[in-house]
Amino acid sequence: MSPHGNPEEPASSAAEIKREAPKVSTSSTNEPVVEPVETHDRSAWGLWEVFVRSSRGLSHVHAGSLHAPDAAMALRNARDLYTRRNEGVSIWVVPAEAIASSDPDSKGAFFESPQGKDYRHATYYTKSEGVKHL
Amino acid sequence: MSTPGTNTEATETTGHGDISTGVAGGDSNASATRITPGNALRPEDIALEVRTGLAKPSEDIAEYALRLGDDALILAQRLGHWISRAPELEEDVALGNIALDQLGHARSFLSYAGGGLTNEDGSTKSEDDLAYFRREHEFRSVQLFEQPNGDFAATIARQFVVSYYQFELYRRLTESTDETLAAIAAKAVKEVDYHRDHSAQWILRLAGGTEESRKRMIHGLRLMWPYVNELFQDDDLTRRLAEAGAAVAPSSLREDFDRLTGEVLREAELEVPDVPAAPGGGRHGKHSEHLGYILAEMQVLAREHPGASW
Repeated sequence: MSPHGNPEEPASSAAEIKREAPKVSTSSTNEPVVEPVETHDRSAWGLWEVFVRSSRGLSHVHAGSLHAPDAAMALRNARDLYTRRNEGVSIWVVPAEAIASSDPDSKGAFFESPQGKDYRHATYYTKSEGVKHL
Repeated sequence: MSTPGTNTEATETTGHGDISTGVAGGDSNASATRITPGNALRPEDIALEVRTGLAKPSEDIAEYALRLGDDALILAQRLGHWISRAPELEEDVALGNIALDQLGHARSFLSYAGGGLTNEDGSTKSEDDLAYFRREHEFRSVQLFEQPNGDFAATIARQFVVSYYQFELYRRLTESTDETLAAIAAKAVKEVDYHRDHSAQWILRLAGGTEESRKRMIHGLRLMWPYVNELFQDDDLTRRLAEAGAAVAPSSLREDFDRLTGEVLREAELEVPDVPAAPGGGRHGKHSEHLGYILAEMQVLAREHPGASW
């Protein structure tokens, strides 16, 4: 490791921190064994979903997610991570666990039903005679 | 290259594109990662004004700009060391952003200062001449900025003091009779306002967190507080410039600094550290033992390969 101008902290001290990725079991069981290598409790920081509105009049759009200890820090982290290039005028953060999402496996049941149902679209209908403002 | 921030998104607000691509990939104009640089004063603009003679600082102003630029430069270099080493990825980016803000301020101030300083061949000094080809005793930063990062709490303590000091300074400097200093300060003050918030949030959390985090926060503040006094010392230069309305007398910032930092510390149930002040002298080239190491790392590339670009 390169010298970093801090004589009180020898560069070698950095080597004491284990940085290798968590080891994931290569067996094909459904529950991969993750061995945490860091001593502090990472789960203490919850996952937050970030929604950014790029300008007035548009809606908030999902931008990504981040970790933060609380809502105030989540907003600040979102500002730092997702609006660095002038992307936003407003941010929402939502605890990821508060989002109920549709099951990717039931795509068929959920989303294929409207297919072929032309009559749900206005274009399916012919305009009645004499209707002016349609 | 720079296009105005108000752009074309208003012209195309219909159509949600292919819904199958999901929320983030729909309306391209609504993308949360759309890139527009926006309009703001850039260091390049100042360098151009200096080159074309539009902005020409007096000797005093150049020296004053050098001081503020050196503060920001040294802090940017210090903070940059946190990249990839912060406690969490999110914090890595936050500290990186603050470092880059500081680097931007440094570039603006140094570009401007360079307009009033000349090389041996008579040409004016560039920001690079000033950042990379000056020696330790020629740097004008106060000693707080070069203090080691220490642990995260020490860095937050340093940032806390710096941000509250810089905010009060830049806020007043926006009314400088020197237009360029006022313009740089106007850009910087908004960024520093966020740095204030960032460090205050962390002071509260570390002080109110675990026994260990509180202990470290108290220790961090004790490490940095000896260097607070130096920030608010007037000298002949600042007195002359403050009288002319071009600069801010450092001593005039002390009251607001004490009040506002005091509020945060009270909320965090921390005490203002009772420690003797360090001798100071950074404004006149007297530095603590740390600056030399910082310069060695920061300058080595430029000195090994003068004029290199990549």
